Amino acid sequence: MKLMGIGAAIIGGCFMIHVPAWAESPSQAAMLSNTCAGCHGTNGSSAGPSMPTIAGMPEVYLLETMKKFKSGERPSSIMGRLAKAYSDEEIKIMVDFFAKHPFGREKQEVDAAKVSIGKQIHEQRCKKCHMDNGRDSEDSGILAGQWKEYLQISMREFRSGKRPMPEKMKEKVEGEGKLTPEEVEAVIHFYASQQ
Amino acid sequence: MNRRDFIQMAGVAAGLSMAPFSVIARAGEVLPKKGRRVVVVGGGYGGTIVSKYIRMSDPSIEVVMIERNKTFVSCPFSNLVIGGSRDLKDNMITYEKLAAKHGIQVVYDEVTGIDVAAKQVRVGAGTISYDRLVLSPGIDFRFDELEGYDPLETPKYMPHAWKAGEQTLRLRKQLVEMADGGTVVLSVPVTPFRCPPGPYERISQIAWYLKSHKPKSKLIVLDANPDIISKGPLFRKAWEKHYQGIIEFHAGNKVAKVDHKAMTVDTGVEEVKGAVINVVPPQKAGAVAYMAGVVGEDKKWCPVNQVTFESTLVPNVHVIGDACSAGAMPKSGYAANSQAKVCALNVVQLMNGKEPIPPSHVNVCYSYVTDKEAISVSAVYKVAEGKTIAVPNSGGVSPDLSELEGVYAHSWIKNILHEMSS
Ligand SMILES: Cc1cc2nc3c(=O)[nH]c(=O)nc-3n(C[C@H](O)[C@H](O)[C@H](O)COP(=O)(O)OP(=O)(O)OC[C@H]3O[C@@H](n4cnc5c(N)ncnc54)[C@H](O)[C@@H]3O)c2cc1C
Repeated sequence: MKLMGIGAAIIGGCFMIHVPAWAESPSQAAMLSNTCAGCHGTNGSSAGPSMPTIAGMPEVYLLETMKKFKSGERPSSIMGRLAKAYSDEEIKIMVDFFAKHPFGREKQEVDAAKVSIGKQIHEQRCKKCHMDNGRDSEDSGILAGQWKEYLQISMREFRSGKRPMPEKMKEKVEGEGKLTPEEVEAVIHFYASQQ
Repeated sequence: MNRRDFIQMAGVAAGLSMAPFSVIARAGEVLPKKGRRVVVVGGGYGGTIVSKYIRMSDPSIEVVMIERNKTFVSCPFSNLVIGGSRDLKDNMITYEKLAAKHGIQVVYDEVTGIDVAAKQVRVGAGTISYDRLVLSPGIDFRFDELEGYDPLETPKYMPHAWKAGEQTLRLRKQLVEMADGGTVVLSVPVTPFRCPPGPYERISQIAWYLKSHKPKSKLIVLDANPDIISKGPLFRKAWEKHYQGIIEFHAGNKVAKVDHKAMTVDTGVEEVKGAVINVVPPQKAGAVAYMAGVVGEDKKWCPVNQVTFESTLVPNVHVIGDACSAGAMPKSGYAANSQAKVCALNVVQLMNGKEPIPPSHVNVCYSYVTDKEAISVSAVYKVAEGKTIAVPNSGGVSPDLSELEGVYAHSWIKNILHEMSS
């Protein structure tokens, strides 16, 4: 994944630290990252529906996410507690590790009618940032093939105000023609249907 | 078994001293070595993962994994089976996919001897040679510390259910068949043992079952420890919220004697009778650790180098999972998974003549307090001055009991069993 725009600036600002202990060799990145697979699946592709696949995510997104877990800005059960244990440099190494592994997609049960409504909403509101049917993105999560249950939990957190929505997303979800819960569910089915 | 017995039984003369019989030695070798080889004993939480990650990081190293059972039954989530909200089948995995995908040679056999000088493991079918050996045998029990405990008979009447499978189903069946009003007794041994929060999750699950199916019954807990040893305030909160009048918890009560005919346990101060009795015996490293001579001075657990998991007593033998002592890390499935990955990477480093890498571990343990609500504890571990410690100012327990924790726990078991079986 390329680093672009805002993301590159953030990395430049916070992560230009040189700690020789974790010089980036493949084995050292594996040492930090392998243990995450206990919950997120081997190399970051999850087999459990409430745990997101983190493989193949944009680096900017993963870095931001870990930072928000660390500060508590993003609500979590486990991740906030764990993120605090890692230095920014270690997080950067783990982010690189997962970003370069392919996002593994498993077949999920979806409702065809919801998928087709969801597709329309995606076309109208989401595709600018969640490009290629949610398969590609500069700085937000990859949604195509992400677990439905995880997306449902995320949207519940966003809509209840527990998790701050990015400005652009807020505009599309909560702004004019605010999405109904059924519409949100339909979009989730659409992304989950992507193989 | 001493080394000489082993060699005689094996019909093997691999030792230099018996060189003339080396032809026989080769005949006894089950899978002749083709190149550099790691033998792994145990196909559980640690063994599957160390086998897989060695192959993932250096496919030029042969891995032979020896496991006595064709189907592995997970202890994590077995307490839900006892409570009645889960099918034990969902706790089972087999090894075909793992073996095929990563080129692991799986041998289904019982390890009956280890000759660390000859670097050979003995199984029923012959011997298997190694360059490095990784043991992840889990636990065995210190039955001898419980007066009156017959290792063969007692578990039939007073199941421990601390190795999942037949024992889990037996305890479940006894609870179901018990009359409403019957007393259940559960005893917890002195720490350390497999899964520190395990007994308290078990207590919650039995209480959950009693509450809905045997409302006149109660559960008496005799805990040898001075207090609940893991997630104490959260378990207490759960018991107050859900199980008032059902659980009678007695800390500092160590069961010293059992009588499975009279169905009583004795703390030396008091004798307690039960309709169903779940005695969790004190524990030690699995028998293969004793065969390899890697058990420490305490005669219970295996001291290891915290960076490589190599035994501090015997070179080229590594011990991971419940059987080893890993500083601040608990004896959990997640810990075994994490240790397996650290061990795999550093075994590969050592076999390639490279420096070991400083470890980084995670442990997360979920416990269900009802069929849906769960609590958790988590930490990241590093090695400082040769000791495994939890990274300060991080980790800790969940703020409360919640169904969301239960939802995450379900995905955890899916992921970790998937990791072990593919
Ligand atoms: C009730 C209960 C609940 C638990 N819940 C959790 C939980 O929620 N989360 C968690 O992280 N942990 C939990 N645990 C702990 C977890 O089960 C152990 O920590 C974990 O299994 C340790 O892994 P291991 O590889 O050391 O041993 P095991 O997983 O037991 O694997 C050992 C394997 O070695 C094989 N073996 C042993 N000796 C031989 C021999 N001589 N020859 C051939 N094969 C042999 C055995 O058959 C077995 O398959 C729980 C435990 C219990 C009892």
